[in-house]
Amino acid sequence: MKSGSIHKNKTLEIFSFEITHKKQISFVDDGVKAGFPSPASDFPMQKIDLNEELVRDPETTFLARVNGDSMKDLRIFDGDLIIVDKALEPQNGNIAVCFIDGDFTLKRLKIVKEKGLIREIILLPENKEYKPIYVTPENDFIIWGILTYNIIKFI
Amino acid sequence: MYALVDCNNFYASCERVFNPSLRNVPICILSNNDGCVISRSDEAKKLGIPMGVPAFQVDKLFKNHQVKIFSANFILYGDLSHRVMNIVKRYSSQVEIYSIDEAFLNLKGLKNINLEEHCLSMRNYIFKGVGIPVSIGIAPTQTLAKAANLIAKKYSVQTKSVYLMDTPEKIEKALKWLNIEDIWGIGRRLNKRFSTMGIRKAWDLVNMPDTFIRKEMGIIGIRMINELKGIPQLELSPPSKKKTIATTRTFDIMTEDLAPLKERVTTFAVKCSERLRKQQSCCNYITVFLHTNFFRGDHTQYHPSYTITLPNPHNSAIELSKYAQKALDVIYKKGYLYKKAGVIVSGLIPEQTRQISLFDEDNYMKHAPLMETIDKINKKLHCDKIKLASQDIKRTWKMKQNLLSQHYSTNINQIIRVKI
Repeated sequence: MKSGSIHKNKTLEIFSFEITHKKQISFVDDGVKAGFPSPASDFPMQKIDLNEELVRDPETTFLARVNGDSMKDLRIFDGDLIIVDKALEPQNGNIAVCFIDGDFTLKRLKIVKEKGLIREIILLPENKEYKPIYVTPENDFIIWGILTYNIIKFI
Repeated sequence: MYALVDCNNFYASCERVFNPSLRNVPICILSNNDGCVISRSDEAKKLGIPMGVPAFQVDKLFKNHQVKIFSANFILYGDLSHRVMNIVKRYSSQVEIYSIDEAFLNLKGLKNINLEEHCLSMRNYIFKGVGIPVSIGIAPTQTLAKAANLIAKKYSVQTKSVYLMDTPEKIEKALKWLNIEDIWGIGRRLNKRFSTMGIRKAWDLVNMPDTFIRKEMGIIGIRMINELKGIPQLELSPPSKKKTIATTRTFDIMTEDLAPLKERVTTFAVKCSERLRKQQSCCNYITVFLHTNFFRGDHTQYHPSYTITLPNPHNSAIELSKYAQKALDVIYKKGYLYKKAGVIVSGLIPEQTRQISLFDEDNYMKHAPLMETIDKINKKLHCDKIKLASQDIKRTWKMKQNLLSQHYSTNINQIIRVKI
């Protein structure tokens, strides 16, 4: 059973229920034997679901491929596969996929606020050889999504 | 209360998700084979590009205004639609997906909730999370929700794309604003008829006597009027199975010969049979049609069609293609240049309730396991690996999709590239 919030305001959160899979009763195939029972039979089998671990919301999660080396100090390398959640609200310090003047780029966000209003956004590389990008009103700019995981291929 | 969630210029919006530089730029999406315009962004609508117009007729407009044109990328649109609908389902337990870009929600169960706030948060999450802008209309009936949606879309700045129509005053105001042709369920014919009588607004129609409505539109009309008055007549229904299934294509080159037409018609029949099996139906009739090129005034025109009643209801590819070829043989004439062909299956019945003819051989049970296996293999390999011998093996008749964008969200080799 999966529960999801269907409505949320300051005081109230409502959840909907959806039965996604049947509840299964595990069958311990021990037979009925005399003698010492298997100690493993007390631990019903569980499996790890990577989707569950890596994806906060499957409907708002997208994959992307990175090119370049401006984020190498963060161990994000050329050719890596990244998981991006579009729905997350950008926070200062997040690594974000940004769209700037026709290209997607991945950078650390520095959001400078003054009295609650955004005064400046700076895109910081994680490689000393690159310079920060100062976003100005002249740029065609959006924060497209937030990086949640990076998958590095080793073989 | 009901809500109607409608994606704004859905196909164009899908293209913008992965290509944000297309924001504020006129976009048109072309149908299969790049024939006609099937979706337009607001900017393209403002240029006066009509819906459904053949692309070559607006070539000049495209060029003069640098309209971005795309081949329909249904894999991309389907995936994004699925994402939107799955989010919509979190906001109500009763949802009817009405089309690829529209869904009705029954909000009856949500008591003591600010519905406007509820729908605004749905809209914002869909826009933020999937990148698709939607409009939401909320009203006591589905027909009024449709009208509220028009208001939300038309006055998106004032309404923030969500309009709640919850008082008699708001309903009256909306009905006085709503044109007859924009009422859900009014066809072109009725619209024409009513406007000659001076009935132009929904408000005019609602104030006509019942006898008039019954005479002009029958019981359906009475229901429509009640819906417009805020008395629900419709219930959200589970998606119904299709009553007919058609596979038709315009060719990019005209053909005179029978052999390529035979191949096409076979392939269309096979496609129809697949779709029949998918919804567990069999068909009783199969129709084949041919078209010459309407736009070539200098060619002699011929557009025949022929329908065959099957001896037994069927959904086997082998059986359907056999009869499709028979029908083609009846209508094919030499000396014409054919531009389009199609296969339509109708008289659909559920697989379980087939009535078998006493006098004809029925090989349904023989074909069924084979078809099941073919479907499984083709589904697993994501392509039509297994075909009938009479189908095109070399895929020489590929769809014309010169302007196709990538399958950004479903194919790992086509995901967006991010510079770092």
